[in-house]
Amino acid sequence: MIWVTQLLNGTLLGGYYALLACGLSFMFGVMRIINLAHGDLAILSACLVFLIADATGISPFVAVIAVLPVMAVIGWALQRWMLERSLRAGVLVPLLTTFGLAIFIENGLFEYFGADTRSLAPYIGDFAFDSFWIGGDVYVGSLAALIFAVAVLLLGGLRLFLDYTPLGRAIRATAEDADTAELVGINARAVYAIAAAIAVASAGLAGVFLAMRETFSPYSGPMQLIFAFEAVVIGGIGSLSGTLIGGIVLGVAQTFGAQIDPKGFLIAGHVVFLVVLAGRLTLNAIRARGGVQRLFARRP
Amino acid sequence: MSTIPGFVVERWTRLSAGTSVMVAVVLTVLAFGPLLFDANIVDRFTTLFIYVILAVMWNALAGYAGLVSVGQQAFFGLGAYFAIQLSYHGISVYPALVLGALIAGIISLPVSLLMLRLRSGEFAIGMWVVAELAHLLVNLDDLVQGETGISLIALNAYSADNRRAYNYWMALGAMVILLALVFALLRGRLGASVQAIRDDEDAAQSVGVRVLASKRIIFFLAAFGCALAGALWLATSITFQPKTYFGIQWTAYMIFMVLVGGLGTFEGPILGAVIFFLIEYFFGETGVWYLIGLGAAAVAFALFLPRGLWGTVEDSLGIRLLPVGYRLRMLGSDADARPPPD
Repeated sequence: MIWVTQLLNGTLLGGYYALLACGLSFMFGVMRIINLAHGDLAILSACLVFLIADATGISPFVAVIAVLPVMAVIGWALQRWMLERSLRAGVLVPLLTTFGLAIFIENGLFEYFGADTRSLAPYIGDFAFDSFWIGGDVYVGSLAALIFAVAVLLLGGLRLFLDYTPLGRAIRATAEDADTAELVGINARAVYAIAAAIAVASAGLAGVFLAMRETFSPYSGPMQLIFAFEAVVIGGIGSLSGTLIGGIVLGVAQTFGAQIDPKGFLIAGHVVFLVVLAGRLTLNAIRARGGVQRLFARRP
Repeated sequence: MSTIPGFVVERWTRLSAGTSVMVAVVLTVLAFGPLLFDANIVDRFTTLFIYVILAVMWNALAGYAGLVSVGQQAFFGLGAYFAIQLSYHGISVYPALVLGALIAGIISLPVSLLMLRLRSGEFAIGMWVVAELAHLLVNLDDLVQGETGISLIALNAYSADNRRAYNYWMALGAMVILLALVFALLRGRLGASVQAIRDDEDAAQSVGVRVLASKRIIFFLAAFGCALAGALWLATSITFQPKTYFGIQWTAYMIFMVLVGGLGTFEGPILGAVIFFLIEYFFGETGVWYLIGLGAAAVAFALFLPRGLWGTVEDSLGIRLLPVGYRLRMLGSDADARPPPD
């Protein structure tokens, strides 16, 4: 029975990873940028909500409504003033600038907040540890279930938005080919800025949920980036529905790993990521050369 | 090499010959460092040499082979870890540093099978995952005792003065050998190959560049170099705490040094390491502010001075002190005709 419970817990944890990975995947899909500051932006958002909740006593669920637009503006500004210029300079420069930004944000947060770990759990009352019974002796955490539901709604909503709205079509067209999109009257610069705003706001939402679920510190960002990236890669890069599956695979691997040995949580996640990656690259190689016998030869 | 009528291909100029003599003089003086300088200065130079190694290795990866890794701390940590392991298994401590680095370098080969098939951003974070995993696995070793860490007690066999001098000479020797190796590789066929890959992988492939093999050589060299830097760092600090060695700050330092000095130039990272060393000396005490500054400077340089300080000087004056590239000179024109853009 413990494994059923853990499977369920891992799946719900996967919802958090999917939520976290959503913005990373989206930004990569549209702009071909892997934002190395993604995790730190999530933590920045958590810190902002913490500031509001701590100073005013407003519930984090309300505070997050005020913080998400701020995160969207940050994303928009980031695109306009940093990423746009980086993109023009070549494929490697966005990596360098977003890494510099990550170092800047996490140490900036440290300077302001200090090394203490914090949590939003005390500010959401009983909800932090509430759970409900679903049969047998299996209980599910309310917060974990909420996060999972939000992740499914966000990923699904984003999918519908991309498929059925004019702006969604413009984003897809720009992702496909920005120059051609401009020829048919799409403002690619604006589309990129909106995509960055959506990506950073969704990272911000994930960061706030992280802070409700457990503790965080100014230096929690890099690990969140790695989790998000692993979920994206496991699920297939650039695919939003894949991201949910990737998150769940990662979450289940980690909870199973932790069940075997407390130290196994992170290791199991990384190993599953590398195994999936190796498997996919091998499959691609087999497909590309049309046979197993030449598998270990050089890539064509 | 085919010749173009009216032009000669230069690989070495009078200026670079002069520079080489200068370099030889400086290195000769540095070789007597422990006999000339006082203890504090010797230690600082040892640190500087390690920074130069890190910067040059990261530049070989990113600036020449186009492989931006944010996980080189994997090898930095593994180099130190294997050096400790070997030393505890009875191998004399200074050879253990080199052997430890070599083992970490060899580990990079199976890692490269997977990682080198990834492109740009995927490679970057993929390497980060490798570093995290290496850190977690090293923590499992009972010898290391998790984050408590362990000391390289075998070093106690040497007096403090001797230890300081040996560390200095090892770091200096490692730096000179690695620099010479990178210089030779980049001037040779491999240098042209990896730069072609960096600029356009598919095009390079189509003209017959052996993409994976070329990348793998640089990847191995950078892994070994970073591992050696880690082992040397261990020799200077004696204690091994996994968190310090596998920390992402090493990548931040490397990126800063290379971007400020000049990504994709041979001399730039050396200049970057000296600048980083001075900044750390003067501002290291300010703690996080100094890291905030490093992050901001990395962004600023990547955006506004992508060729770094040295690259900008090179481009505007048209000089190459230690040339790894080629330069076309029109016959009958001035020797300092501006070189064609890279």
